[in-house]
Amino acid sequence: MSGIGRVLVAVYGVLALAAVGRSFVQIASKFEEAPLAYSLSALAAVVYVLATVALIRSGRGWYRVAWATIVFEFTGVIVIGTLSIVDPALFPHDTVWSWFGRGYLFIPLVLPLLGMWWLAKHRPGQVALRTDAA
Amino acid sequence: MIEWFTWVQVAVAVAAGLLCLVLGLAGRVPSDLTNGALAVVELLLVVQLVVAIAAPAFGNEPTGSVLEFYTYLVGALLLPPAAVFWALLERSRWSTVVLGVAALAVAVMVYRMLQIWTVQQA
Repeated sequence: MSGIGRVLVAVYGVLALAAVGRSFVQIASKFEEAPLAYSLSALAAVVYVLATVALIRSGRGWYRVAWATIVFEFTGVIVIGTLSIVDPALFPHDTVWSWFGRGYLFIPLVLPLLGMWWLAKHRPGQVALRTDAA
Repeated sequence: MIEWFTWVQVAVAVAAGLLCLVLGLAGRVPSDLTNGALAVVELLLVVQLVVAIAAPAFGNEPTGSVLEFYTYLVGALLLPPAAVFWALLERSRWSTVVLGVAALAVAVMVYRMLQIWTVQQA
C-alpha cells in the first residue's frame, strides 16, 4: 500500500475510531434501550477496524479480508440506510449507517466504493511484481 | 468548556488541516511547518482537556453526556500524534495529506464536543 492509498487507510482509521468511540458510548451508557441497533454499531466498528488493518497489511490473505470487510460495510450502509428511510421505526436509534451515514458526512457510503476501487486496482500479484521491479 | 476558546481551537484545526492538505497535494513532504501545525492542534487539545476537567468546579457544567464528551476528547487527542508518527515514518507527500485529514477530523470532533457540552438536541 503506497501513495494515495495511505490517505484511504488514514480515513478508514478515523472512521474506525469514530465507530468504536460511538459504539463504546452507546453500550456503556444505554445498551438496554436498543440492544439490536447498538450491537450492530459494535459489529460495524469491529469491521471498520479490521478493514483498516487489512488495508495496511499486505499479502493474499489480508487482501481477501479487505474485500470481505469492505463489501460487508457497503452492504450494511445500503441495507440499513434504505431500511432507516423506508421504515424509520425499525431503527429509532441512530447507527453509523442510518440514512446512508448522514451523521458521518456520508463517508460510510463513499469510503467502501473508494476502497473497492483501490483493491481492484491493486491485486496482491501486481503489487508483488511492482516491488520486485523496484 | 470555554466557548470562545473552543471556536479558536476549531479555527486553528481547520486552518492546519487546509494548510496540510494544500501543501500535501502540491507535493510537499511533511516539514517542520506541517508537523508543527499538528503539534499546535494537539497542544490546544491538551488545554481543552485541562479546561474540561476544571470547568465543572467553576459552575460550568456539561449539558450532555460526560462519557460521550470524553470519548470524543480522548479520541481527538490520539489523532495528531498518530498522524505525526506516520509522517516521521514515511516522508511522502501523502503523509502531509494524512496530517491534514487528522487535523480536519479533530476540528469536527471539537465541534461535536461543543454541541455535547452546550446544546443537546437529541
